[in-house]
Amino acid sequence: MRIRFESRPEPSRLMSWASPLLAVAATLIVGFVLFSGLGKNPLEAFYVFFVKPVENRYGIGELLLKASPLMLCAVGLAAGYRANVWNIGAEGQLTLGAICGGGIALAFHDATGAWVLPLMIVAGAAGGMAWAAIPAWLRTRCNANEILVSLMLVYVAVLFLSMLVHGAWRDPEGFNFPQSKMFNDVALLPNLLPETRLNVGFLLALAVVASGWLFMARSLAGFQMRVAGLAPAAANYAGISARRTVWIGMLIGGATAGIAGVGEVAGPIGQLLPSVSPGYGFAAIIVAFVGRLHPLGIFLASLLMSLLYLGGESAQMALALPSAVTGLFQGTLLFFLLAADVFINYQLRIVHRPASVAAAA
Amino acid sequence: MDHVATLVALTLAAGTPLVFAALGELVAEKSGVLNLGVEGMMLTGAVVAFMVAATTKNPWLGALAGVAAGAALSLVFAVLALSLMANQVAAGLALSLFGVGLSAFIGLPYVSVVIDGIAPLAIPGVSDLPFVGKLLFAHSPFVYLSLALYALVQFFLFRTRSGLTVRAVGESPDSAHAIGYPVIAIRYLCVMFGGACAGLGGAYMAVAYTPLWTEGMTAGRGWIALALVVFATWKPWRVVAGAYLFGGVTLAQFQAQALGATIPSQLLSMLPYLATIVVLTLISRDAAAIRLNAPASLGKPYHPDS
Repeated sequence: MRIRFESRPEPSRLMSWASPLLAVAATLIVGFVLFSGLGKNPLEAFYVFFVKPVENRYGIGELLLKASPLMLCAVGLAAGYRANVWNIGAEGQLTLGAICGGGIALAFHDATGAWVLPLMIVAGAAGGMAWAAIPAWLRTRCNANEILVSLMLVYVAVLFLSMLVHGAWRDPEGFNFPQSKMFNDVALLPNLLPETRLNVGFLLALAVVASGWLFMARSLAGFQMRVAGLAPAAANYAGISARRTVWIGMLIGGATAGIAGVGEVAGPIGQLLPSVSPGYGFAAIIVAFVGRLHPLGIFLASLLMSLLYLGGESAQMALALPSAVTGLFQGTLLFFLLAADVFINYQLRIVHRPASVAAAA
Repeated sequence: MDHVATLVALTLAAGTPLVFAALGELVAEKSGVLNLGVEGMMLTGAVVAFMVAATTKNPWLGALAGVAAGAALSLVFAVLALSLMANQVAAGLALSLFGVGLSAFIGLPYVSVVIDGIAPLAIPGVSDLPFVGKLLFAHSPFVYLSLALYALVQFFLFRTRSGLTVRAVGESPDSAHAIGYPVIAIRYLCVMFGGACAGLGGAYMAVAYTPLWTEGMTAGRGWIALALVVFATWKPWRVVAGAYLFGGVTLAQFQAQALGATIPSQLLSMLPYLATIVVLTLISRDAAAIRLNAPASLGKPYHPDS
């Protein structure tokens, strides 16, 4: 007797929604074991990790604040992933967005008009798109793998930002710290919820996620992207340009990541620092997958991922656990999701066969 | 002359982590499996090697533990991508993200710990020879080990029956399966070999090259190793040559600083990443060469009865 996977006649819709929940449950079990193994009371640790950060108004604000860049990056990445365009450089595109948006804030530091902030957002989106255009161009022109190029550009972008805040853009009155001047009020996103740090960037993120849904579900280009991902040969036959698909997928990802970068420097940070993101661009890859590449799923998954960040900080303060535990949970979650996803296309079947034949299979 | 010998030695030392990681990935890809988790496996190999070296005071034991850690982590990927038929790109990304998180988590108490690393090995008698001594006989033992690994991989893949089987599995898993080869089992072994090599590359950095542990210390070398395999069009000797080329580029930044160049250090640090993009682009332009040399089933999940 032997247990084996058998192809389902068609993918299971039930499993495709249940698998993220299964993955979350399995990650929680791992967390339970991990906390116990570290000598912490697991129930207390769970409380500190998942409940304490969002017990009050301020905490809810933080949850939505951190979810904003995650959902922005993820919804853009998902557009590409649907078409098998693997942009994994959102972190770099976010950084470029921060540089371009922040550059506007610094260039017009004395301006008082209400046009500064919109201009920053446009510049940030353009910066992210420009950064994403490099892998898109190299992929369509020279066949270069977009995974590796977009990832390499993350390091380049972060070094570029570091160069700016250590050099040309350093605040002359900043006691030689590697940081820019603080932005003026007109260059900062207005507060949304009193007594929290939540700003209107959250509404912007929601609007982008909604547009993402409109694009993927209701537009011709979105439909073509989905076809290109599901059946490349059919897409080719139908005359859907593979190059155009790559360009659209990369540029959308770059634009949303760039906006996320502006949201960080014009929001909670308020200036340019050597590091403007604790890895939102990478965490967004997980958000996109856990959210099933669907805007609504991405919204929910970004809340979960944001909670993991807050939980990591909370655990560091209350339990003296390193906040790196967040990265561990993120990776585990994606592992379990991919494992649970097997049941979308396959089902388990117990088969009775002679051992020799089974061994050959 | 002596300066040249020193430069060569430094280049070899800087390229060696890439030789290990890229040769391992080459074998995995030859069997048809694209494992994007090299960076995660290198970091995990590095941190485990360092922890064991710091605890046991034996850096060799540490290196061995790093190898085991890399292989163990690759097993997670193998289960996902081979047994559960997950998308290999997604599973590899997951492995990298997980490895970065895991190494940062378990390595935290070891960040400012100092260990006695494995020093370069001066081969008695010949290492004192003028020029050639320094050029050939005074490297880290890992440099010799990496060259031995190259010879082993080259011989195995192209001169043994098992190597032929691995390549057959990568080119046409269906045919290999039809003849009776256990495709999935072979791929498991190749992926774990890749993991062990990536772990060794990380371990070399943590217990010999630097030797210390800092979060994210491989700084993208796992990704560069992946690019190297493409750059080498899946040929082992070109992997080694490419690795030393990148070793040289990594070195250029320190050399330029030592020579008093006024270029911002960040621009110089960008060099290896920019060089990767340029080289990858140049080699990928020749689409026919890539198609001809890439294992035909690379990245495609395989299910025996589908």
